[in-house]
Amino acid sequence: MTDLIAEMADRLFAAHSGNTGLWAAVEEAGLPFALLAEEAGGFGFAPAEALGIIRIAAGHAAAAPVAETVLANHVLGAAGLDPAEGAAVVATEVLPAEDGRLCGTLRRLPWARDAGTVVALTAEGRMLRLTAGWSIRSGSNLAGEPRDDLTFDLPLDGLTTAESPFAADTLLAMSAALRAIAIAGAAEAALALTVGYVNDRVQFGRPIGKQQAIQQNLAVMAGQTAAARAAADMVSEAFPLALSAPELFRLKAGAAKLRAGEAAGVCAAIAHQAHGAIGITREYRLHPLTRRLWSWRDEFGSEAFWAERIGAAVFARGDGGLWPWLTRTGEAA
Amino acid sequence: MSLIDFAPPPPEAPYAALRAEVRAFLAETLGPDFGAPARARSWSGFDAAFSRRLGRRGWLGMTLPSRYGGHERSALEHYVVVEELLAAGAPVAAHWIADRQSAPLLLLHGTEAQRQEILPRIAAGTCFFCIGMSEPNSGSDLAAVQSRAEKVDGGWRLSGTKLWTTYAHEAHYMIALCRTGKSDDRHGGVSQLLVDMKAPGVEVLPIIDMAGAHHFNEVRLADVMLPDSALIGQEGDGWKQVMGELAFERSGPDRFLSAFALVTELLRVLAGAPDAGAQRAVGRLVAHLMVLRHMSRSIAGMLARGENPALQATIVKDLGTALEQEIPEIARALVPVEPSQESPDPFVLTFAHTLLAAPGFSLRGGTREILRGIIARGLGLR
Repeated sequence: MTDLIAEMADRLFAAHSGNTGLWAAVEEAGLPFALLAEEAGGFGFAPAEALGIIRIAAGHAAAAPVAETVLANHVLGAAGLDPAEGAAVVATEVLPAEDGRLCGTLRRLPWARDAGTVVALTAEGRMLRLTAGWSIRSGSNLAGEPRDDLTFDLPLDGLTTAESPFAADTLLAMSAALRAIAIAGAAEAALALTVGYVNDRVQFGRPIGKQQAIQQNLAVMAGQTAAARAAADMVSEAFPLALSAPELFRLKAGAAKLRAGEAAGVCAAIAHQAHGAIGITREYRLHPLTRRLWSWRDEFGSEAFWAERIGAAVFARGDGGLWPWLTRTGEAA
Repeated sequence: MSLIDFAPPPPEAPYAALRAEVRAFLAETLGPDFGAPARARSWSGFDAAFSRRLGRRGWLGMTLPSRYGGHERSALEHYVVVEELLAAGAPVAAHWIADRQSAPLLLLHGTEAQRQEILPRIAAGTCFFCIGMSEPNSGSDLAAVQSRAEKVDGGWRLSGTKLWTTYAHEAHYMIALCRTGKSDDRHGGVSQLLVDMKAPGVEVLPIIDMAGAHHFNEVRLADVMLPDSALIGQEGDGWKQVMGELAFERSGPDRFLSAFALVTELLRVLAGAPDAGAQRAVGRLVAHLMVLRHMSRSIAGMLARGENPALQATIVKDLGTALEQEIPEIARALVPVEPSQESPDPFVLTFAHTLLAAPGFSLRGGTREILRGIIARGLGLR
C-alpha cells in the first residue's frame, strides 16, 4: 500500500514538474484528503504513509500547497468540520476577536492567495473555518513560495466554528512536522541530483565523484539526509499523538524539525560545493531544492526555537532522569 | 536510495516491562555509590562479578539457542538490555566483546564443538573474548594482516603481532584474523582462528592510554600451537567472516551512548537555573539523541527480521560518534571548569574522562574516514 501511494504521487509530481496543471492533478488524485479516514472521504492510510506524499512533493519542488491543504483537512476533520473545497491553510497564530468582530492579521500564511479556506483558532480555542472576509498582502519566502499576510475584519456571527481538539501550540508543532517531512524530501532529491552530477562531471580525466574529498563530503550529506529522513519518519509515526498526547507530540515534532533543519543547511552547502557554478545557475534545478531547504528550516520554528522549548521541557522533567524521559512511550503504561 | 531509508522501528511498549526489570536490577546491583565518573567508564569498566550476575539473570547470550546455554530471546529484547546497560554506564567491558560479536560469530561459523564448549560459558558471563584484528601494519587496512598460521601436523602454528587489543590481559580467548594461504586476491587466503590466551607463546604486553588507563595491549604470538579444531568456519573465508563480525560490532546502540554519563551530569549541574543558552544546547542534544535512537531502533528491527542493515549501521555510527564527540565541547561551553582527573567533583571528573576518551569514539570499529568511504560506496561513487 505504501509503495502504491508513493509511486502514484511520484508519477503525478514528476508529470507536472513545470507546475502547469499541478494543483488540478493533485485534487483529481484526492491528495488533499490523504490524512482523512476512509469514511470521511480519505484513503484510510496510516499517517506515516499519507505523509509520504508531502515528502515526495517536496522532492519534486512542487509549487503547490499540498502540505498546507492536507493538514487543513486533517484538523478540520478532527474538529468535526467539513473538509475544504480546494486549497486551504492552517494559521498557527490565534485570531483575536473584539466586540463580536474577528479582527487581526495572520502573517506569512503559506499559499494564502490560492487558498479558499483558512483554518484559525480564536483565543477561546474555537476552530474557525473561514472562506471569506480577508484582505491580502502578498509576500513570498526565499524559494518564491507565497507567504501572504491576511487581515480580517468581520462579524463572528454566522461563522463556521467548532471546539478545537488542538491547541495553537499543537497546530504549530504539526506545521513544523510537515516542514521536517518536506525537508527530508528536498534533501533526498538534492542528494540524488548531486550524486548524479559528480558521476557525470569529468575533471582531471575522471569523474569528480572518484575523488576521495568529494566522496567524503557526499557521505556526510548522505548521513545528514538519512537523519532528516529519520526525523521525518519519527514525527510521521507520532502524528496520532497530536490528539492523544499533545505534549509528547510537540516535543517529537520539535525534535524532528530541529534535526531536519540542521541537516538542511549542511545538505544545501555540500550540494552547492559539489556542483560548482552550475549549481547557482537559475536554469539548473538545484536551487529550487536548496532555496526551499533554507526557507523551510526557519518556518514554524528554527532549530534555536525548538531547542529552547525542548530544553525547557527536559529541565522541567522532574527527578526521573533524562533516560526514562527519553524512553517513555506516550502510551498508557 | 535504500541507505537513507530506515524501516519503521518496532513499537516500544511491549518492551517496557523488560526495561523496568533491567533498570531495577541495575539500580540495586550498582548501588548509590556508582557515580558519574564510574558510569563514564562503562565500556572500559571491567567487572567480572557484574558480568556473572548479568549471566545469572539471563541477560547474556540472550538470543542464543537454549542448547548452547542461551535464552532464545529476540534481538529486540537483547537491544533493550544493551541500551539500558549503556545508559546506566554499567561496567560491561568483561563480557562486552564476547556477547556482542564473538558469540554470534561462533554461532554462525563455529564448529559444533566450539559452540558447545564456549557459548554456554559466554551466556554465563564467565568467558571473555578479545578482538584479533588490528596489527602494527594493519589498522584501517584490515586486509594487510601479516599474522600467519602454517598448517602443521595436528593443527596450526600461529605467529604474528596483534595490537590495540582491548582487555587481552583479561580475555580467555582471541579470535585472530591471520593468513593461512596464498592468494592473488588480498581478501583471500585469510582465516579466523580461536586462540586460547593461555596457550604457550601468547604474550600480552600492556599499552597505557593517554588517560593513564590500561585497556589496550600488544599481543605477541610466537609459534603458538593450535589444534585443528581452532579453525572457525572455512579456511580462506576469514575476510567474509570478519566483515560479518564487524557488522555485529557496528550495529548496537553503543554508537551514541558513550558520552551519556556526561550528558546526565551536565543536566544535574545546570538544573538549578538553566538560562536560555543552556536550554538550547541541551534541547538540541536531546533532539539529536531522539532521532539517533529512532535510527538505532530501526536497525535493531531490521536485524531482528534477518535483514542486513550494514549501510544504515555505518551511517548511524558516523552520526552517533560525531555527536558523542561534541558532548564534551557542549559541556565546556556551558560550565566553565577546567577538566581534571584529580578533582573530587563528579562533573569535572566525568568531563575529563569523556574528553580523553572522545578521540577513540571515531576510531574503534572503523574510523570515520573508512565509514564514510563505505557510505560513498553505498551511494555508487566507488
